[in-house]
This record gives sequence, C-alpha cells and structure tokens, in this order.
Amino acid sequence: MPDLAFDVAHLLAGSLVLVSLMLLYQDRLPALINVFALHAILLAASVAWQALVQDAPVLFVTAAIALGFKGIIIPGALRRIIVRLGIHREIEPVVGIGPTMLAGMALVALSMVVMLRATPAASPFAREDLAFALSVLLLGLLMMVSRRNAVGQVIGFMSLENGLILAATGAKGMPLVVEISVAFSILIAFIVIGIFLFRIRERFDTVDLQALDRARGDQR
Amino acid sequence: MTAQILLILIFAIPAVAAVGLAGIADYRIASRVNMLASLLTLVAGLMMFGVSGYTDDFLLLDELNIVFIVLNSFVGFTASAFSATYIRHEMESGRLTPTHLRFYHAIYQVMMFGMNLALVTNNIGLMWVAIELATLATVMMVGIYRTHEALEAAWKYFILGSVGIGFALFGTILIYMAAQPVTGEGLPGMVWSLLVMRAAEFDPALLNIAFIFLLLGYGTKVGLAPLHAWLPDAHAEGPTPISAVLSGLLLNIALYAVLRFKMLLAANAGALAPGPLMMGLGLLSLIFAAFMLYRRRDIKRMFAYSSIEHMGIIVFAFGIGGPLANFAGLLQMTMHSLAKSAIFFAVGHISQAKGTQRIAEIRGLTVSHPVLGWGLVLGTVAIAGMPPLGVFMSEFLVVTSTFARGPWLSIPLVFGLLVAFGALLLRLNGLAFGEPTGGGSPAKASYIPMFGHLALVLVAGIWLPPALVIWFQHVAEMLG
Repeated sequence: MPDLAFDVAHLLAGSLVLVSLMLLYQDRLPALINVFALHAILLAASVAWQALVQDAPVLFVTAAIALGFKGIIIPGALRRIIVRLGIHREIEPVVGIGPTMLAGMALVALSMVVMLRATPAASPFAREDLAFALSVLLLGLLMMVSRRNAVGQVIGFMSLENGLILAATGAKGMPLVVEISVAFSILIAFIVIGIFLFRIRERFDTVDLQALDRARGDQR
Repeated sequence: MTAQILLILIFAIPAVAAVGLAGIADYRIASRVNMLASLLTLVAGLMMFGVSGYTDDFLLLDELNIVFIVLNSFVGFTASAFSATYIRHEMESGRLTPTHLRFYHAIYQVMMFGMNLALVTNNIGLMWVAIELATLATVMMVGIYRTHEALEAAWKYFILGSVGIGFALFGTILIYMAAQPVTGEGLPGMVWSLLVMRAAEFDPALLNIAFIFLLLGYGTKVGLAPLHAWLPDAHAEGPTPISAVLSGLLLNIALYAVLRFKMLLAANAGALAPGPLMMGLGLLSLIFAAFMLYRRRDIKRMFAYSSIEHMGIIVFAFGIGGPLANFAGLLQMTMHSLAKSAIFFAVGHISQAKGTQRIAEIRGLTVSHPVLGWGLVLGTVAIAGMPPLGVFMSEFLVVTSTFARGPWLSIPLVFGLLVAFGALLLRLNGLAFGEPTGGGSPAKASYIPMFGHLALVLVAGIWLPPALVIWFQHVAEMLG
C-alpha cells in the first residue's frame, strides 16, 4: 500500500473540514463546545500522523498540545464558564443556518479551486493539506462573523487557528511550528480567562456582543 | 560597537525593562524608568547610523529598517515622556489604580519590544510572532479602563486582529511553501534576505496567493478599509499615549511587513504586480476615511479616521512605486507619525482638562488653554496638509508622482485630500475658536514632546537636510 500515508492524511484533514461545517450549525452552546473538542482531537490525530510520516518527532509536541489543551482543558473550562454565566441556552446566529451552510460550502469550493490551481508543482500531499487548511480557516472566519455570542466567536477563532496549525504541519520542515502553537495556546487561555473575569468583575449583564454594541458612545 | 550588539540591544532593552517595570509598585518611579528605557532604546537606534548593514539568519539591518527603527524609538521615547504627565492626572482623578499602572508600564515596554523585534528580525516567522505580540499588548492596553466602551473596543480589536493574525500566518506559510523547493527544508525558507535573493525561482502562482493573504492580514493592522473597523474604537477608548503609539508606530510596523513582502514579489518576474492592489486599497481607505471625518463626534475618533486616511495615502504612494513615489511615501509616513502623535499628545491633555472627548462640548480652546489650543491648531493644520508644514510637502510629492505615472489616478487622490482637509478645518474651527464652554481645570501638561514633534514637522516642510534626502532616496530605490 504505497499511498497509505497520503490516504490517512487526506481522511483526517477532510474530516476536519467536515467538523468545521458541523460547527456552523450548532445552535446550542454545550453542543458547540463538544463539536469543537472533536475538532481539536481530529487536529491532534492529523498532526500526529504528519509527525509520523514526515519523521519529525517535534510535531508530536504540537499534537499533544492540540489534544490536551484544546481537546480537553479548554472545552472543560468553557463548559464551566457557560454554566456559571447561565448562558447554556440557545444561541442565535446572525443569519439563518441555511444561508450559513451554503456560504460555508461556497468557501470550501473556493479554497479548493484557489489552492489546487495555484500549487500544481507542489507534492499532492502538501496541496491537499493546504486546500483543506484554507477551508478550515475560512469556515472559522465565517463562524466568527456569523455569531454574536462571545463564546461562539472564540470557538470560531480556535477552529480558524486549528486550520493554521494544519497548514503549518503540512508544509514540510517548516520551522517555528511548535512555538507558534504554544503562543496560540497562551493567547487562547488569556481570552478565555478574560471572558470569564470581565463577566464576573465588571458585571456585564451578558456576553452577547449586541449588548456591548449598545454601549457605544459615537454617532447615536 | 558592532551592528549585531546594537540590533540585539534595540529589543533587549525593552524586554528587560518590561520585566523590571512589572516589579515596580510606585508609579512615579515606574514612569521615569519607562522614560529611561525608551531613551536608551532611542540611543541604540541612533547609534545604528554609525554602522554599515548587517545580515545573519535572525537579524537584519539595512537602510530600510533603520528609517523605521529610528522613527519608532524616537516616538516611543516622546510618548513615554507624555505618558508620565498623562498618567499622573489619571491617578489623581482615580481612573486608574496603582495595580493598573504597574501593568500599564510593563505592557508599554512589551509593545516596544514586539515592534522593535519585528523591525530587526530577518525571519518572516519571527516577524509575524513579534507583530502579534505587539498587537496583543495593545489589545490589553485598549481595555485597561474596563468600561463597557473600552472592553467593546478591545474585543472588536481582538476579533478583527485575529482575522489579520490568521491571514498573515497563512500567507507566511504559503511563502515558505513557495520557497521550500528552492531553498530546501527548514530555516533558510524563512530568512527574508535569502528569500529575496532567490525569489526569481519561486512558483509565481503560490507567491501571488501568499501576497494577497499577507496584504489582507497585515493590512488589517495598517487600518486599510474595509478592514479598519477596530481602529477608531481602539484609538478612542484606550489611554491617549497608546493612541499616539498606535497611530504613530504600530500602523507603520504592519506597513513595514507589507513592504518587505512587496520587495519579495518584485524580485519575481512571473508574480503579479503588487502596485495596483495597494493603490486600490489605499485610495479606498483615503476616500472612505475622508468622508467619515465629517460625522465624528468624538475628538480621538476623528483623529483615528485621519490616521486611516493618511495610511491610505502612504500605501497608495508605495503602490505607485518608483523612486519619487517611494520617497514621497517614506516622507509622508515620517511626517504623519510625528504630526499625529503630537496631536494625540495635545488631545490627551485637552480631554483631561475638559473632562470630555466629545467635540460638541469642547469649544474655544485657544482662549481657555492657549498653549494646548494653539498646539492642536498647529498639529491639525499640519495633518490637514497646509503649507509650509512637512505633510504638505510630502502630499505634494505624492500628487506630483501620481501625475507622472497615471494622471487620471490623481483625480480621486486630490478629491480625497480636499474632502479630508475641509472636514478637519471645519471641526478645528469649532474646537479651537469662539467662546470657551464648560469650566475645565487648568492643564498640567508636558509641552516639550508635542512642540518638539511639531517643530520637526515645520522644519521638514521648509528645509530637509541633504543627508536625509540622500538616505531616503537610497531606500526609495531599494523599494523599487
């Protein structure tokens, strides 16, 4: 089986895109967090597979961070936060689920067209990986703009970042990948803590950003 | 002293200072240490004039980044001097607590560390990390007052900033992918000076896509429309010294990154010309911001839109390219940094003295606070582009070079400049003249940073030192 390495990488990266699409239509926060945990676990598997295939043991560190931090600790913390904040109710996307899904599919198609056209010279391994990574990135972006809820936006950002890690591990021998994933983890930890602290200390009535918009002083 | 030591010092001093400042509880001492560290950084920056270029795998010194380093450390120093007076007032009025200030001073140096590291590094991955670090430090600074408005501004900055983070990193990965077949795996694929030498052999299609991501990603930080939405809020809600640093410095750093990648693209014959993209985004930002200036009711927000306008002009000038337009762009960037931070120094003291940032509640400043009022008048007149100040000369050069390269492009350019000019003078009239309103306390201000900047802008408008002209001409040729 000469192409097992490629097939498994393809399967894992493709599943990541699928889970990204699943994230788009979760309309309850606990379910959203669970799906994100799945997203992070798939990323960890994908990175670990790349580490094995590329014979780059340092990537196992990135995989371990993805699994432990983003797959277990962050979802756990978010679950506790939404219970404490009492917002494990429905979340309302800005546009309906139908249009969001259609937009998501269009973005996946766009990234396939763009990346596969642009990289005829690169190895098929890297090409597919990049195309999937761009899809995950754009889907994360779509999620960030279609959600008004701060927790939803953070999950969107984290899935976007998973796409970046996928791209970085797909680029063979790229330096600084581990450092970048550590830096991102610290950033995310800060943000999650920030959401929690500001809600408690500053007595926000809600982390719904529409409520924050009302507080704007300009041009009212 | 060798170039390498200077290059390390320029980011090591802020790093050490940040650690030290986190441990100093007395804000008076902390603000002096902050000034001292910024002064030392400036000295290290100025000493770089004495050494020739330097290149290794991590550090880079050439004529282009010296411009940015000197400007960055100079405004960093004057802003720290302004910050010392500003902070004392915030303490007395109880808007900030000693704990906040400890955090504030440490983060100020973290910001300088990030910006200086981004300027001296030769590794595009490290440059990305450094710019992100500087951005995140400013996000925290913007939210420091912890009001609803400040937190909203910080959140918006974070959300849009992270989109920029994502795009810029993806672009960086694509550059590595394009380089990897030529330079081999590992570190060489991310060293800028090696990349630019061998860029001609890279795959053009991949380079094109990479540049679009990089332009959008770093363009978010430059504040280009339509990705500018974070900028006015971040300027309006954060402490004013940070607004000055944001406008005067951080936008330039992101621009520097865009310019480096533009040079990479220029070295590849098959890649698309980055010029038209940059010209388009630049003009869009200029005209959009010029119209938005009319509707502002918050004084800091208004000058934030003026920053978007000027970054638009600068990106447009670099987009045209060629020695003259690049020269104009560099000069415009320098003048804008100096004039805009001077304005923010004035605005900071004015809003403290008046107790408000609303334009409608500030009138007759030249009567109630003559020195600050005339400082603001001079700064606004300078930024609007009136002769004989420096901004007039650089804008004149931009328009002239546009005429030379594409006459029809100068129509929207001049239109945008005039619209912005009108808006600024209209608002200035209300702010500075007429009957003073509201009580307002006498200002305890530090005038030296503000008038120091304005004097430089005035001198540059009348007489540019020949050494500076020759140096800028070299850089302009380098930029191609």
